Amino acid sequence: MALAGFANTSSRRTSAPMRRSRVAILLLLPGLAYLGLFFLAPLVSLVITSFEAPNPESFDIGSYVYSFQWQNYVAGVAEYWPIFLRSFVFAIIATVAALIIGYPIAYFIGVFLRGRASLQAFTLILVVAPFFISFLLRTLAWKQILGDDGWLVTTLKSLSIMPADGHITGTAFSVIFGLTYNFIPFMVLPIYASLERLDLRYLEASSDLYARPTTTFLKVTLPLSMPGVVSGTLLTFIPASGDYINASDDFLGGPSTQMVGNQIQANFLKLLDYPMAAVLSVVLMVIIMGVVTFYVRRSGTEDLV
Amino acid sequence: MAQASFADQGADLELSGIRKEFPGFLAIEDLDLVVPAGSFFALLGPSGCGKTTTLRIVAGLEPPTRGRVLIGGNDVTHLKAYRRPVNTVFQSYALFPHLSVLQNVAFGLKRRHISGADSDAHEALRLVELDHVADRKPQQLSGGQQQRVALARAIVNRPSLLLLDEPLGALDLKLRRQMQLELKKIQSQVGLTFVHVTHDQEEAMTMADTVAVMNHGRIEQLGAPADLYELPKTAFVADFLGQSNLFRGTVSSASARSVVVDVAGQSLTVPANRSVRDHGDLTIGVRPEKSQMHAGSAQHPADHNVIEGGRVAEVSYSGVSTQYTVQFPSLGRVVVFQQNADSGGPVAAGTQVSVSWPIESTFGLHDHRTIDVTAAANDAQEG
Repeated sequence: MALAGFANTSSRRTSAPMRRSRVAILLLLPGLAYLGLFFLAPLVSLVITSFEAPNPESFDIGSYVYSFQWQNYVAGVAEYWPIFLRSFVFAIIATVAALIIGYPIAYFIGVFLRGRASLQAFTLILVVAPFFISFLLRTLAWKQILGDDGWLVTTLKSLSIMPADGHITGTAFSVIFGLTYNFIPFMVLPIYASLERLDLRYLEASSDLYARPTTTFLKVTLPLSMPGVVSGTLLTFIPASGDYINASDDFLGGPSTQMVGNQIQANFLKLLDYPMAAVLSVVLMVIIMGVVTFYVRRSGTEDLV
Repeated sequence: MAQASFADQGADLELSGIRKEFPGFLAIEDLDLVVPAGSFFALLGPSGCGKTTTLRIVAGLEPPTRGRVLIGGNDVTHLKAYRRPVNTVFQSYALFPHLSVLQNVAFGLKRRHISGADSDAHEALRLVELDHVADRKPQQLSGGQQQRVALARAIVNRPSLLLLDEPLGALDLKLRRQMQLELKKIQSQVGLTFVHVTHDQEEAMTMADTVAVMNHGRIEQLGAPADLYELPKTAFVADFLGQSNLFRGTVSSASARSVVVDVAGQSLTVPANRSVRDHGDLTIGVRPEKSQMHAGSAQHPADHNVIEGGRVAEVSYSGVSTQYTVQFPSLGRVVVFQQNADSGGPVAAGTQVSVSWPIESTFGLHDHRTIDVTAAANDAQEG
């Protein structure tokens, strides 16, 4: 078809692109339908819900009607801003920690083990292996280790390193620890993909041009792996800031470590305050979009990604 | 520190007893080499002969298994690459894709915290006539422009020693010729010591003051291009550097002035001072353009070697000259380049001819032709 397009005379020239565009639309249809059904429709429904008010004609809990109640947003932000703040602080700390731990792992697999394909595959499997076990089970397993009855806390207490009334679970530390642990593979894999393609001759050229190993890392290796760093940090930061498992009472968190995700969950499922849950979801989404846009612009990776 | 030794002039390079083993093969056997300061030195050889490894050892990118590297008299064998007063123009150019052309060129100066790095970089770009693309990214430039940026990035540091690793390999013929002239011009302008690695014998001969021909991790012969060409010492050099007609025979008589070799019943003479040996088996040779072809029987001067009874097998006419391949029953094939100075077409294939050449153009070699080196040289051109 492409060849026929070149051979066409002027009178028939318009028909080929038109036919091609019809084929393109046909091929796009399933994807567009999926997006419309499972992304756009729920999003619209969520936004509509966020403007609902309690049904004045019903005393049932959880009965709401649409009334463009924009005050929901004022109430939501006023009540929950400290929790939003905590969510993003936790997510940022976890992202930075995952980057500090994940980058060396990715470098080790992608650069140090280069040319030893079987070792590379083995270490990559080690990174991905936790995915074979459910996210919930893994987090519960950490609760077993870090919990008050776990061997770690009892040992630390018997050695008097930890006060008798001390905890690990229920603290900010254990929540951030859980977030970091759970999202490290999302950090490692994109950085590995960047570093694995890194042409080592650039590093030799840098060394030839008087750059010490640390300078070479900061001026050459790191900038060239920025696409991986950007995708890794986004893949960690976005789900971490909305996470409701690690910070939950049932897992590693406590009442003082609640994140936005926990509040959305509570409003939807326990308080049945659907408009408030929707408000929190929309605000979370808008903030994340703003942060991500700013971050991608600042890191200047548009032409590298 | 070594950085202190950066000078306005090149430094000499000395390699002594360098050996480099990789798992499974020996890249450099035992290399001794002195490159005088300010010279343009070429390491010439086919791919896999160890020339690039030699360069990497000098740059500090590869440690030698044994031996010492001295630059300007200082032992740098154990210095890291970033401490050596050496810069390299890499075969792949290795221009940093995330930096602009100017930032690439200024990279080395900035690492050494030299003030005015950007203005020096602009000056180096002007030298290679690329200052107008200073703000572009390397991947927006053509191959020839990238090569010049790589050159500017290296010479802007005024290293004592500039290493060039087949930097012209990726360019087309016309651009390569132009860059050869520019490189030579720049070298004489800046006065640095250039060590140029190449498999292109023509490139080595036109550019370098001194050429070292490398093969199998050893230097076969070292000297000025004309000396190497006129008087090769080994069969490899005779074949790799241009073409040669080689004849293997046994020395029948030798005097202080000349050595006579019996080659399949024909007596051929080589001057004693142009022969490596004067007894036993000896391979002698001559360049095709020194030979002359005569149709039928002709009078030959006494100071010529003559072989008779040949028949023209192939004629390849190229305008300014004609290449004849003459088949001799006893000696095999002999190649003759004849200038087309006389009017009248070339000699037809099948004609009975004799071939002669001046005795003083004959050379006697150290060894004998073992493999088909012409094929190896062709491989190197492609590689």
